[in-house]
Amino acid sequence: MTLPAGWEMVVGLEVHTELKTATKMFCGCANAFGSEPNTNICPVCLGLPGALPVLNERAVELAMAIGMALHSTIAPSTFHRKNYFYPDMPKDFQISQYDLPINSGGYLDLPDGSRVSVERAHLEEDTGKSTHLGGSGRIHGADRSLVDYNRSGVPLVEIVSGPDIRNAAQARAYASELRGILIATGASDGRMEEGSMRIDANVSVRHAGEPFGTRCEIKNLNSLRSLQRAIDFEALRQIELIEEGGTVRQETRHWDENLGQTSTMRTKEEAEDYRYFREPDLADLAPDQAWQDRVRAGLPVMPAQRRRELAARLEEPSEAQLDAVEVVIDQGLERFVHAAAEDGVDAALALSRAANELVAGLDGIERLSPASFSATVAMEQRGELSATQAKTVLAELLAHGGEPRDVVAAMGFAQLSADSLGATVAELIEQNPDEWSRYREGDDKLAQFFIGLVMKATKGQANGKSVIAELQNRR
Amino acid sequence: MSSPLRREDVAHVAKLARLTLTDEELDRFTHQLGQILEHANDMSSLNLADVVPTAHPFDLINVVRDDLVRPSLDRDAVLAMAPDAQDGRFAVPRIMGEAP
Amino acid sequence: MKTAQQIAHEVQSGATTAVAELGRALDAVRDRNEELNVFLYVDEAGATSAAHAIDERVARGEVVGPLAGVPIALKDNLCQTGVPTTCSSKILEGWRPPYNATVIDRLLAAGAVPVGKTNLDEFAMGSSTENSAFGPTRNPLDPSRVPGGSSGGSAAAVAADMTPISLGSDTGGSIRQPAALCGLIGMKPTYGLVSRYGLIAFASSLDQIGPFSKTVMDSAILLEAIAGHDPMDSTSLPEPAPSLVAHVNDGVAGQRVGLVRELVEGADADVVAAVEQARRALEDAGATVVELSIPEFRLGLSAYYLIAPAEASSNLARFDGVRYGNRIDADDVTAMMEATRTAGFGAEVKRRIMLGTYALSAGYFDAYYGQALKVRTQMIQAFHRAYQQVDLLLGATTPSVAFKFGSKTSDPMAMYLSDVFTIPTNLAGEAAVSVPFGTGEAGLPVGVQLLGPGRSEARLFAAARVLEIADGRS
Repeated sequence: MTLPAGWEMVVGLEVHTELKTATKMFCGCANAFGSEPNTNICPVCLGLPGALPVLNERAVELAMAIGMALHSTIAPSTFHRKNYFYPDMPKDFQISQYDLPINSGGYLDLPDGSRVSVERAHLEEDTGKSTHLGGSGRIHGADRSLVDYNRSGVPLVEIVSGPDIRNAAQARAYASELRGILIATGASDGRMEEGSMRIDANVSVRHAGEPFGTRCEIKNLNSLRSLQRAIDFEALRQIELIEEGGTVRQETRHWDENLGQTSTMRTKEEAEDYRYFREPDLADLAPDQAWQDRVRAGLPVMPAQRRRELAARLEEPSEAQLDAVEVVIDQGLERFVHAAAEDGVDAALALSRAANELVAGLDGIERLSPASFSATVAMEQRGELSATQAKTVLAELLAHGGEPRDVVAAMGFAQLSADSLGATVAELIEQNPDEWSRYREGDDKLAQFFIGLVMKATKGQANGKSVIAELQNRR
Repeated sequence: MSSPLRREDVAHVAKLARLTLTDEELDRFTHQLGQILEHANDMSSLNLADVVPTAHPFDLINVVRDDLVRPSLDRDAVLAMAPDAQDGRFAVPRIMGEAP
Repeated sequence: MKTAQQIAHEVQSGATTAVAELGRALDAVRDRNEELNVFLYVDEAGATSAAHAIDERVARGEVVGPLAGVPIALKDNLCQTGVPTTCSSKILEGWRPPYNATVIDRLLAAGAVPVGKTNLDEFAMGSSTENSAFGPTRNPLDPSRVPGGSSGGSAAAVAADMTPISLGSDTGGSIRQPAALCGLIGMKPTYGLVSRYGLIAFASSLDQIGPFSKTVMDSAILLEAIAGHDPMDSTSLPEPAPSLVAHVNDGVAGQRVGLVRELVEGADADVVAAVEQARRALEDAGATVVELSIPEFRLGLSAYYLIAPAEASSNLARFDGVRYGNRIDADDVTAMMEATRTAGFGAEVKRRIMLGTYALSAGYFDAYYGQALKVRTQMIQAFHRAYQQVDLLLGATTPSVAFKFGSKTSDPMAMYLSDVFTIPTNLAGEAAVSVPFGTGEAGLPVGVQLLGPGRSEARLFAAARVLEIADGRS
């Protein structure tokens, strides 16, 4: 979406992700989604008097991994208390990180070549969850609320970007790329719809070259699509407001997916005074070089790097091929393409089969080995299988497993002998004399006509290249 | 640093701390807290610009625990101590605003 | 009245039973509790069943532990499963914790028999136990006077011979000052020596649990039983419990002691005299005593009365009526929280919550809380410099003997000044013990204070023992 002339939007994103640890941040309660309410609680995460927090080592490691994947500086850090009253907060303060976060000064490169700075990625604990009774189930108009503390104390990393994003598509790309990284590091399962990854957008507008305008924070973005739509809506809303002579009020706004608009949640007239001070019940964090090295050594390759390595197999990849690369990387299937390429199979062909056939049969991917994939596509490349046959073989391997050679034999995809192909072609030439004459006289387009007939006659079992060769021979 | 403590400051702070004070208490606390802060002003005359604050007497670092599940509390026992509960959850009167 | 050491020995040997010792304790409680208001709750059923279990184990020939069958009183800010724990506050009236403080688990493992929960200043904020929501505790030595605070009930339990030992907590002097006013041994251990898991927090970076007893040996036995690393407390020191009992009679020959001017200045004449006598007793036992000045100590009060309330204002936020405790209902949750807290907290607690909230507020943080943390650094450095010259420090514990009820309640500052000699140790996170020495006004006991660097409890007990012998009390 383009904004009215001369206007520019400025967007920063705050992403909270729950970490995939077995236990909560400060206690040994299970970190599990969907348990019966208040069954994963203890004195610590319930904030009972006398309870004390003890930091989860795995949460620290995942935070470091995220920081490393975002090219951040990992520095000694402390924990702070963020003090405010709210019923889903058992201690009425949240343990978070304030002026000394574990990760800072990072960045994220997007597929379009742009770079978005990542100011910080710090550790904190999640709150409980309230449900509201009476009214529409939303907080306004409710009579009372019920609180479940299962989520209280779940480890979170909050990732804050710089105000570097200039359009909604870029915001979406940032969120998508970040999500891929969080999943790749094992830190998160990236499920926005389940709330394990939450995104808030800070949006302001300005005339290009002027200082930043007043920004609004948008919450309740439950999908990447909502993110993009909401940012576009909000930027336009602010521009229209300003052009009508109004001023943008600094506030938090709620995105309504059904109505397609943002609305005021609360104004920031009275900014919260969180009275931050260093958490006295926790020791400082200063991961030594050895610990950092261990985490770095365990880091898998990030999506961007994997995309580069896969694309490198292709010579001057087209847009469509780059899309296919993205699909393959997204689904974690590149090992199949690499295996085939290593075996001398044409990378473009392997990529196509992976992006289409493997993705279609993803449920059974465990049944197929890269070696089998490679062998099947190699057969297609050598002309032993037609394209249709190759796709059928792959589908069968994904559905039921097995060895390619066995499947080929069982399906009777034994190569049409040269004689029978010749016989079929001869017969079709006889049946279509006019078309044959024109082809013989140089009308190459008719090659397709005959190939089509041959395919029909052989129920797709003929090898396309062999048919062409046969036609040319008889020309 | 020794700005006198005003009544409005105490009223504001009481609100932050979720305490309701009567007028009489507001006056009394303003006076008493003012005295304590006055006493604290002997610190303000010190030049401590180069001194590093100590939040914690002993510098332990990297105190962590293994990511292993331990038994949780029995829900019934926990809800039994709740002032109000429903459907396995803690019940509270309506919440007027979203979380900060 | 038998010491804890004697009881444990006799229970283990079969010369007495845990049930019999508990019976004696409960008789003493029944005798004077109404008059003195020491215990808020007596757990007769729990204690009886624990005592029976001890006797059965002894009968089976098992070695029970260093506190076998010893009745013990617990300050009511320690969480004990299923036992009412109130912090002497209306806001927690009726609450029964679903878990044990670590120290209680360790007491039980050592064979001790918890008798009940003792009175304190509400949420440990006070120096006289007059701030309890359930009435003050009276000093057993003179019921018209305070026992000190905030651990007044735990001190009174031992002073009234109800139990030979008790546990209190010390944030700015709340064990040592009542020990001095009641004529007992009372120690604040090094910060982190004893686990705080299950101690309802007042000021997290200052709080420590510690022993009350009539004899030095009993405190050493008790502290050794509860000290040592706890994985549930991130601030607990990494080491296991130190050896204390074995060093009680080490003596002080060759030790250098610094008598600190600022730890005597402003004290009553009888207190000053007692400190002088203590000095001579240490010299007679072979220590060298020199006079020192540590002017940084004078800033302790101001720094403490910003740091402690600041942390407390945050620690007490959880008392909001949502999950436990007494709730006052209202139409919306914010009004409910305000009503609950306003009705549930006493005046001193409100005062400190507001002081702390103010000190942490935007705009005031650097001036107050930030500055106080710097003073703390100076305090630590000052101690460090002193300990390069001497091994231990000597001074008064509190400026006067036990004072009359109501004599300091009209002006909060007057009460806060009771802590002027004890606060520096909390700020630095180091150790100190109060030892009764001599008598003062109206025949009341005087406490002198020995201070040592972190992890010096063994040396402190040894010096306390020297004073104990010299004072002729044991």
